[in-house]
Amino acid sequence: MSAATAQAAGPPPARQAPGTVPAALRRAAGRRRLTPYLLLLAGAAWLLVFFVAPMVYQASTSVQTGSLDKGFRVTWHVATYWDALREYWPHFLRSLLYSGIATAACLAIGYPLAYMIAFRAGRWRNVVLVLVIAPFFTSFLIRTLAWETILADQGPVVSFLNRVHILDATSWLHITQGDRVLATPLAVVCGLTYNFLPFMILPLYTSLERIDGRLHEASGDLYATPFTTFRKVTFPLSLPGVVAGTLLTFIPASGDYINAELLGSTNQKMIGNVIQSQFLRVLDYPTAAALSFILMAAILAIVTVYIRRAGTEELV
Amino acid sequence: MTTARTAAPGDAVRLSGLSKTYGSFTAVHPLDLAVPAGSFFALLGASGCGKTTTLRMIAGLEDPTAGSVALGGQDVTALPPYKRPVNTVFQNYALFPHLDIYENVAFGLRRRGIKSVKQQVGDMLDLVQLGGLARRKPHQLSGGQQQRVAVARALINKPEVLLLDEPLGALDLKLRRQMQLELKRIQTEVGITFIHVTHDQEEAMTMADTVAVMNAGRVEQLGAPADLYENPGSTFVANFLGTSNLIEAEVTGTSGGDVHLVAAGQRLTLPAARCAAEATAGGTVLAGVRPEKIALAHRDDEDAIPEGRNRVPGRIVDSSFIGVSTQYVIDSPVCPELEVFVPNVERDGRLVPGAPVVLHWNPAHTFGLDAAQDIDAGLDADAEEAAHLPAAPGRGGAGKDSAAKDGTAAEAAV
Repeated sequence: MSAATAQAAGPPPARQAPGTVPAALRRAAGRRRLTPYLLLLAGAAWLLVFFVAPMVYQASTSVQTGSLDKGFRVTWHVATYWDALREYWPHFLRSLLYSGIATAACLAIGYPLAYMIAFRAGRWRNVVLVLVIAPFFTSFLIRTLAWETILADQGPVVSFLNRVHILDATSWLHITQGDRVLATPLAVVCGLTYNFLPFMILPLYTSLERIDGRLHEASGDLYATPFTTFRKVTFPLSLPGVVAGTLLTFIPASGDYINAELLGSTNQKMIGNVIQSQFLRVLDYPTAAALSFILMAAILAIVTVYIRRAGTEELV
Repeated sequence: MTTARTAAPGDAVRLSGLSKTYGSFTAVHPLDLAVPAGSFFALLGASGCGKTTTLRMIAGLEDPTAGSVALGGQDVTALPPYKRPVNTVFQNYALFPHLDIYENVAFGLRRRGIKSVKQQVGDMLDLVQLGGLARRKPHQLSGGQQQRVAVARALINKPEVLLLDEPLGALDLKLRRQMQLELKRIQTEVGITFIHVTHDQEEAMTMADTVAVMNAGRVEQLGAPADLYENPGSTFVANFLGTSNLIEAEVTGTSGGDVHLVAAGQRLTLPAARCAAEATAGGTVLAGVRPEKIALAHRDDEDAIPEGRNRVPGRIVDSSFIGVSTQYVIDSPVCPELEVFVPNVERDGRLVPGAPVVLHWNPAHTFGLDAAQDIDAGLDADAEEAAHLPAAPGRGGAGKDSAAKDGTAAEAAV
């Protein structure tokens, strides 16, 4: 989001023709100077109307007080932020934890898959890529509802997990409860992982696919075992994809509420669920707006630290 | 290193019956080759002749279909690349883009668990004259500098054999010349066996002690550059390595170490020792002579030509002046397109297109080839690379040439 605004805000350097130039040339130069702005117009207008304006509106909402009957008024009541944070910090923590675990799971599942598509799939490459994107052909809601069926109490998955006593282990870890998977943290994390997996695979694939195969040969030629080659050459070169994939997974997952709503119980509510109910059920707009801004700030802080650590600018 | 030694200790590389087939296509026919330790060995051939496949089989990057590879007397056929004591300079260098020059060069040492690499990396960067660029990334370097990093990265491991796969192919002509001398200097300095794959015959002759000319998956001929140039064993070698005039001639008889021939009514003599084909009276051979060995006289001066020289009449079709020499194309009864390179010492104003001339040369400079082969073999193999030779015309015998180059290399090493 911030990247988009930065792009829109930064004007391109205008070239000024020095000295005296014929009028026709000057007009042409003027046109050339204006062209980038004209091209930016549509995008800038879109962002202004659908991003900047709502943000300003929400920011003002977050410092208002009042009630639905008497109307809300800006009173600069910043304490709403503290109250919201004090009351809902477990939901924030849970959101970050669930989306963090889901992101790690996506990476663990997605990296080998992207690696195989990039280096081993051969003529099946495009077919597999289409299969990766195929879930997008149905709606997010339907796919999540499908997981409700998959993880149903009497379903084959749960009874199998029960029979091989995996659920005993997961219960002991407090990620499932008794012989249920639905309405537990495991179900929510599974849903998040499944829904955001393509966002991990695609950037990973693009960065892996760009790696020159001769670098692997060169590494092997220089006494690196296949595993060392992966550790010292392939993985570092795929880091831009890892960073892009984890961000594209983590950011939307931490604000998601559908998975927790459909696959979890009240004990698995994430911050997205709180915001949704504050806005649509409790109708406490200031608290809902304040929670949204806190979530944005938290994500921004985490992402900044993460990118600093990963050092992507070095890798391009 | 406890396996039984199967090869002579003097050989750095020994290939025995090594072959590679892809489906029904044979890239390399069973190949036996021994490369002496410490030599600069070139595999020369047009693209697709199997030279790179051979190199990759030595490196372990390609599995041979049959045969074995021995390095320093040890059979390494079954070893993966990372266990072989060889290093490769890849065609497009394949430098690690995420590592700086220092780490690129240190890569091999670190993989073998050597902790203190600073001294060695510094020395190696000095050897290739890149000391000041240690902390740059590969993409910040020019092509020639990247090439030297690739050499340093391979050489620092002190491999038993350094493999170079068209290492100069991406450089422009001037830089290529410079790097040829530099590689030769480095090889002399470190004394490691180099196996160099190239399609550039001039590059091979400039740098290598021994050249193996490959064609269609086979080694056509192997020898010192001067020897290959002076005594080609086949029309492919004669045409691919420099330029040759090949004249189809009938054998009339032999006497005292000479073979007597007749072509289009012209009597020619050829030393029997330089005839690669069997010369029996009534048979045909191809008489070859290099363009720079031929002298050109105007028809009016024919009487001044000393006795005992091979002579052929003709007419100048085309001439091009290129500074050190003039190149003539002559139409003669024995061959429609004879090439002659005449050094520009005293220029005869009468030698213009259309002028009648007599070509003459010392019979000792004639070589004989089997007439049963394609007379044009190797001509269009790499038309573009073959075009390099006229750019350096009038080489007065490759023997002198390579002697001069050895001198340069020795000087550079001091």
